[in-house]
Amino acid sequence: MTDSQFPPSFEGPTCSLPLPHGEQVVMGHGSGGRLTSDLIQRVFLPAFANPALLAGNDFASLNLPEAGNLVGALAISTDSHIITPLFFPGGDIGRLAVCGTVNDISMSGANPLYLTAGFILEEGLAIDILQKVAVSMQAAAVEAGITIIAGDTKVVEHGKGDGLFITTTGIGWIPPNRQIGGQMAQPGDVVLISGTLGDHGIAVLAARGELGFETAIHSDTAPLNHLIQAVLEVAPNTHVLRDPTRGGLATTLNEIAHQSQVSIWLEETKIPVKPAVHAACEMLGFDPLYIANEGKVIVILPAAEADAALLAMRNLPYGLDAAQIGEVKADSPGRVLLKTPIGGTRILDVLAGEILPRIC
Amino acid sequence: MRFVDEFRDAKLVKVVLAEIQRIVTRPWTIMEICGGQTHAILHYGLDELLPTQIELVHGPGCPVCVTSLELIDKALAIASQPNVIFCSFGDMLRVPGSSQDLFSIRAAGGQVRVVYSPLDAVKIAQHNPEKEVVFFAIGFETTAPANAASVLQAQALGLKNFSVLVSQVRVPPAMHAILGAPQNRVQGFLAAGHVCSIMGYWEYPPIAEQYRVPIVVTGFEPLDLVNGILMAVRQLEAGTHNVENAYSRVVTKAGNVPAQAMLKRVFTGCDRNWRGIGTIQDSGLRLSEEFLLFDAEKRFSVEHIQTQESEICISGIILQGLKKPFECPAFGTLCRPEKPLGATMVSSEGACAAYYRYKQPMDRT
Repeated sequence: MTDSQFPPSFEGPTCSLPLPHGEQVVMGHGSGGRLTSDLIQRVFLPAFANPALLAGNDFASLNLPEAGNLVGALAISTDSHIITPLFFPGGDIGRLAVCGTVNDISMSGANPLYLTAGFILEEGLAIDILQKVAVSMQAAAVEAGITIIAGDTKVVEHGKGDGLFITTTGIGWIPPNRQIGGQMAQPGDVVLISGTLGDHGIAVLAARGELGFETAIHSDTAPLNHLIQAVLEVAPNTHVLRDPTRGGLATTLNEIAHQSQVSIWLEETKIPVKPAVHAACEMLGFDPLYIANEGKVIVILPAAEADAALLAMRNLPYGLDAAQIGEVKADSPGRVLLKTPIGGTRILDVLAGEILPRIC
Repeated sequence: MRFVDEFRDAKLVKVVLAEIQRIVTRPWTIMEICGGQTHAILHYGLDELLPTQIELVHGPGCPVCVTSLELIDKALAIASQPNVIFCSFGDMLRVPGSSQDLFSIRAAGGQVRVVYSPLDAVKIAQHNPEKEVVFFAIGFETTAPANAASVLQAQALGLKNFSVLVSQVRVPPAMHAILGAPQNRVQGFLAAGHVCSIMGYWEYPPIAEQYRVPIVVTGFEPLDLVNGILMAVRQLEAGTHNVENAYSRVVTKAGNVPAQAMLKRVFTGCDRNWRGIGTIQDSGLRLSEEFLLFDAEKRFSVEHIQTQESEICISGIILQGLKKPFECPAFGTLCRPEKPLGATMVSSEGACAAYYRYKQPMDRT
């Protein structure tokens, strides 16, 4: 684990037109009138500046990649982001909103190109918070190599929102002959994970002050498109890419086992979990395999390409702890099974509902 | 992770398993009391690794599972009142009452909060003087000291807006009830290590003597569990019935004496209704006279609650170790963790939830 894995800090004034400290969102910011225009001019345009946005239209007009010779397919994904607190170690709602959609698009093997963002602001939200979030979104977008080309802002009354909600929609281009999806896992394939599990969920719980103890755990929120492209270059026959977000590794692998009608067998000792996450889970009675991640990808591919894919991931900052954790079999279709360190076997089912801490 | 990994050492576990295999000559039925032990056994797949002669049956040591329906309905009635902040351990939120659970009260606008410690509920009461803050004080002897401490702290702070809905239960009376039942199959016990960390094990020799069963105080890691089983099997094979301690890094015979003194001050013994099992004499704790001001049952009018238990659920029989979850016709079909009929399917310590989560599909039939 190196510092390079942590996202950059966005503290400090980076906006060219800083607003007076303490200014708050009011209902008028969502009226469509002068205040709305003011908000766009002062918060969003400086952060996201690009020709499509600066044109000031109700739409963004874009050039298609490889225009005139376009083959392949489009990948489109939309995702709404709500999180408390808005800022947490390793990320914030803005970085999350960009990375979440970039990653969803990337799981098709696509190159993400453009993003739109819808903001629902709660009356009373400090505008400098909104500015920080916008700056963080732009930094994540630059890192991923995408452009935020359109947006929308609405304001709800105080008490009817949780500060700030962001919905992002992304478009990406899938090169021809890429067939990647949850239904493609085949017996004989192996299962890779790009790094340690549970970091995001535990970091956010800790940031809410709900753990009753402090941790130094950072969320793993990160755009994975570069890592995925590096994998696909050396492992072109990759069958499945999926990010284990809500519900964690266990729930996501269950979806894949069900879609592909195969079983997935994991070895618990090979699954990477940071000691601090492990310790927090031990105390609370959580299983890290069910905790959310925001910067990890599951790769399922033919065994022959596994070593090259692992090496490609480990050469990149978001893949340093990549590991081979299991294999795909034909028996017990739809099931995920785990070999325990002491030689037993247990079933890994989907998450039933909210994760609840144990009593004693 | 230090002090944990050592007790998950696969090589050592295998050595102990081989020793159990070597000494066992005939079938034995051993009950692990605590739901935490049940989950650890299934989590690590230990049940598959034991000799076939050893049958583990799962005991009633899940505080969520045995909390009576009447008290859960009372909790729901209190939590749905407008001026109340109802605080509970997270596990209780999904437990079905007669018609709903705490999650649905929260969805309907009730203020239901998950706390990690009863003292957090006291803090909430301090910060919300205009609200009535109620803590759902459930559990065995393990949670009882922290629950008692919350009452003592509220008293010390002079809080008038804090009360507790008490459903404390004790292990030894449940052991008597199981061993005294005519259909009892249990020949040896793994006593619950966490309970014994508070209470010690001075209460157990009379039970071991009266029913002629070995009792081994046992921890929760794989090596603790196989070691506890080995000590119980050794005694069973030798025909002895002593109380032994296989969890000496945590448990002493006397237990946590200051905690016991605190319990004695705040609580007093009472009969308690165990969900699915029935009333067990002197098996519970309620607030003592000095602290009745903090009794939520007295503060809120929830005396006359009509309960309606599921007719299909056999959780009571499972909690007594008479049947396994797979033997329930509703298991995995009508009753699932996301829509439980009984509390054993809810809690992270419930036997049905453990079987549902960890056992292979072929085992489920």
